[in-house]
Amino acid sequence: MTALNIKKGSSRHSAYDLRNPNSDAIERHTLAVVVDNEAGVLARVIGLFSGRGYNIESLTVAEIDHTGHTSRITIVTTGTPHVIEQIKAQLGRIVPVHEVHDLTVEGPCVERELALFKVAGEGDKRVEALRMADVFRASVVDSTLANFTFEITGSPQKIDAFAELMRPLGLTEMARTGVAALGRG
Amino acid sequence: MTKPITGAQMVVQALKDQGVDVVFGYPGGAVLPIYDEIFLQNEIRHILVRHEQAAVHAAEGYARSTGKVGVALVTSGPGATNAVTGLTDALMDSIPIVVLTGQVPTFMIGTDGFQEADTVGITRPCTKHNWLVKDTDRLSGVIHEAFHVARSGRPGPVLVDIPKDVQFAAGTYTPKARANLSRYQPRLKGDLATIEALADAIRHAKRPVIYSGGGVINSGKAASHLLRELVEETGFPITSTLMGLGAYPASGKNWLGMLGMHGLYEANLAMHGCDLMINIGARFDDRITGRLQDFSPNSMKAHIDIDPSSINKVIHVDLPIIGDVAHVLEDLLRIWRSQGRGTDKAALKKWWAQIDEWRAVDCLGFTGSDTVIKPQHAVQRLEELTRGHDRYICTEVGQHQMWAAQYLRFDEPNRWMTSGGLGTMGYGQPAAMGVQLAHPEALVINVAGEASWLMNMQEMGTMVQYHLPVKQFILNNERLGMVRQWQELLHGERYSQSWSEALPDFVKLAEAFGAKGIQCKDPADLDDAILEMVNHDGPVIFDCLVEKHENCFPMIPSGEAHNKMLLPNAETQGQITAPGAVLV
Ligand SMILES: Cc1ncc(C[n+]2csc(CCOP(=O)(O)OP(=O)(O)O)c2C)c(N)n1
Ligand SMILES: [Mg+2]
Repeated sequence: MTALNIKKGSSRHSAYDLRNPNSDAIERHTLAVVVDNEAGVLARVIGLFSGRGYNIESLTVAEIDHTGHTSRITIVTTGTPHVIEQIKAQLGRIVPVHEVHDLTVEGPCVERELALFKVAGEGDKRVEALRMADVFRASVVDSTLANFTFEITGSPQKIDAFAELMRPLGLTEMARTGVAALGRG
Repeated sequence: MTKPITGAQMVVQALKDQGVDVVFGYPGGAVLPIYDEIFLQNEIRHILVRHEQAAVHAAEGYARSTGKVGVALVTSGPGATNAVTGLTDALMDSIPIVVLTGQVPTFMIGTDGFQEADTVGITRPCTKHNWLVKDTDRLSGVIHEAFHVARSGRPGPVLVDIPKDVQFAAGTYTPKARANLSRYQPRLKGDLATIEALADAIRHAKRPVIYSGGGVINSGKAASHLLRELVEETGFPITSTLMGLGAYPASGKNWLGMLGMHGLYEANLAMHGCDLMINIGARFDDRITGRLQDFSPNSMKAHIDIDPSSINKVIHVDLPIIGDVAHVLEDLLRIWRSQGRGTDKAALKKWWAQIDEWRAVDCLGFTGSDTVIKPQHAVQRLEELTRGHDRYICTEVGQHQMWAAQYLRFDEPNRWMTSGGLGTMGYGQPAAMGVQLAHPEALVINVAGEASWLMNMQEMGTMVQYHLPVKQFILNNERLGMVRQWQELLHGERYSQSWSEALPDFVKLAEAFGAKGIQCKDPADLDDAILEMVNHDGPVIFDCLVEKHENCFPMIPSGEAHNKMLLPNAETQGQITAPGAVLV
């Protein structure tokens, strides 16, 4: 069905169509939205989500084309298939939105998030934290006698797992960027 | 190189380039440079309203009755916030308007300056798009883009916020032809494979119904023409939403009347019982669908809409066609005609026989009276006595609005202006002003309720000032009638705050404004009084004292299905109507 021609990059020509559109199951989707980088564009996108009661799990944004002034907003959202379709259609309606991609259904994609962890520990805990950081390929970006700051990049699940391990080892602060994602291939 | 001009000059030049002939507005500190330029020219007429909300509704009325973009100009802060209701109204009903607002100078933005408001922030959710222009060189380009966005695709309101220093500064004017509009280009042509599938469904349908909406009117006169061809050639029954009245003529033989909560019995039952529903430019609004689970349970549904987000929003459809109504209907007719114009004639005959049975119920019947004017009767007489005039109707919101929709008959598009999506009391009077401005010779009537009418009554001053002979036809039940009706049906006749107390003497009020006032309370005088109103060359307030506790029927109680309508019925009048008692 190409009939529901939402915007370039929409999912209507994919296997997504085979799902039951009326299912009540909650799905998690990663959307990439290419927009004009003009004043207020992020407020428009966020306002759409809050105004219509959609969820935002994470959101990242940065200009990706400094000459054309376009930004890419990556949104991780949850909802029933019907709600996800609505979200995409509503995003496509915003005037400065160029493209809406549903990376979750367009084929495999890579999702990465960067996080910083501050871990304050002593003795064995300090050694264990360093060892686990190594296992997770987190790097030490700052260290004092009292604490380490680790930088880790990976899928949100990997970062969640690392956070769980660090908690008993003296995790005091953490900052996450939210997901950036690209389709594979 | 063209000579630099000021931002204020650009505003006026851009409006001229866009073919604007009238602007509704209200001045203030932050738009004085633009007002100065308006003073210095004669091409664009400025209408000084009495409240900014009215400026926006007037622009809406102008737009809806002409198909052109309406324009309003207001100052910063309170001027802009007063415009918010009108913007929201236009967004809900997809009406193309451009609102220009003044703003404090750029260097004061964010300082809580005098009459500063975050106008683009406040209006972001109630416009199709908005712009804050901080650079005079960009101003004219943005205004041209604003007109383009307002009228393209699904039309809607846009706003351009212009700081005062930007109005004073000089910059280079971008003519309309060179403005960069390339990117926002909603798709007009529908998907041909789906249109073919619809043509096929038309050939085989046994119980079809066409359900048309405001999208047909927004698409333009060609869309209404094509719709009429489709109806005449297929012989299918057609109903329409409140917004779509007039696209197919009420005098057409296939017309079922309006559908929805206060729609006609035959229209709603046809929707409920059909096997093919063709939605053309409507959006399955909750006033239309009633209880979603029971909405037209056995039909294949096709939906033609220019806005992808309307498709499958509330009702899952089988044949979604994204495109402009006129473009899609053109393709549909071409394909269906080339396939031999087939329909299932025998089945259609049976379907019409069934519809005729529903029609025989006479759902708009009401008990007449010799002693008191029934509101339905008043609207019927208005219809009878003004038919044949070059007539435009606006309404306020409430029972009178529904009676107007039920008993007035529209044979042409763009003749009916009512606040559908937002249901804005106070819409009709200023909207009628906008209509009269666009059609100076026409008979423009605002069918009003007394409570709604008071919400923008200050505009009588505007109408007198500009000699706008709008007729205010007030069905005065001394009640917030629609609220009272719901309290009767749902809240045990506890009429909490639904009385219109301390009403003005409308005749004296008219005279105080310098207009004509007429009061009528005796059914025997009604015709003469209406004719007196129609024949008066100038604005009139017609205070029609009507039955106070009349209910508006038929009605689908909220949360019920189409086949659970309440019908007018002598035994139920004036009593608590247990919704189950009169179910059909
Ligand atoms: C601005 C606004 N406030 C409140 C309402 C809720 N409301 C809907 S109809 C109605 C009563 C309207 O009374 P009137 O204009 O006299 O019309 P009637 O129903 O009596 O014909 C009210 C209060 C509304 N639609 N708009
Ligand atoms: Mg009333």
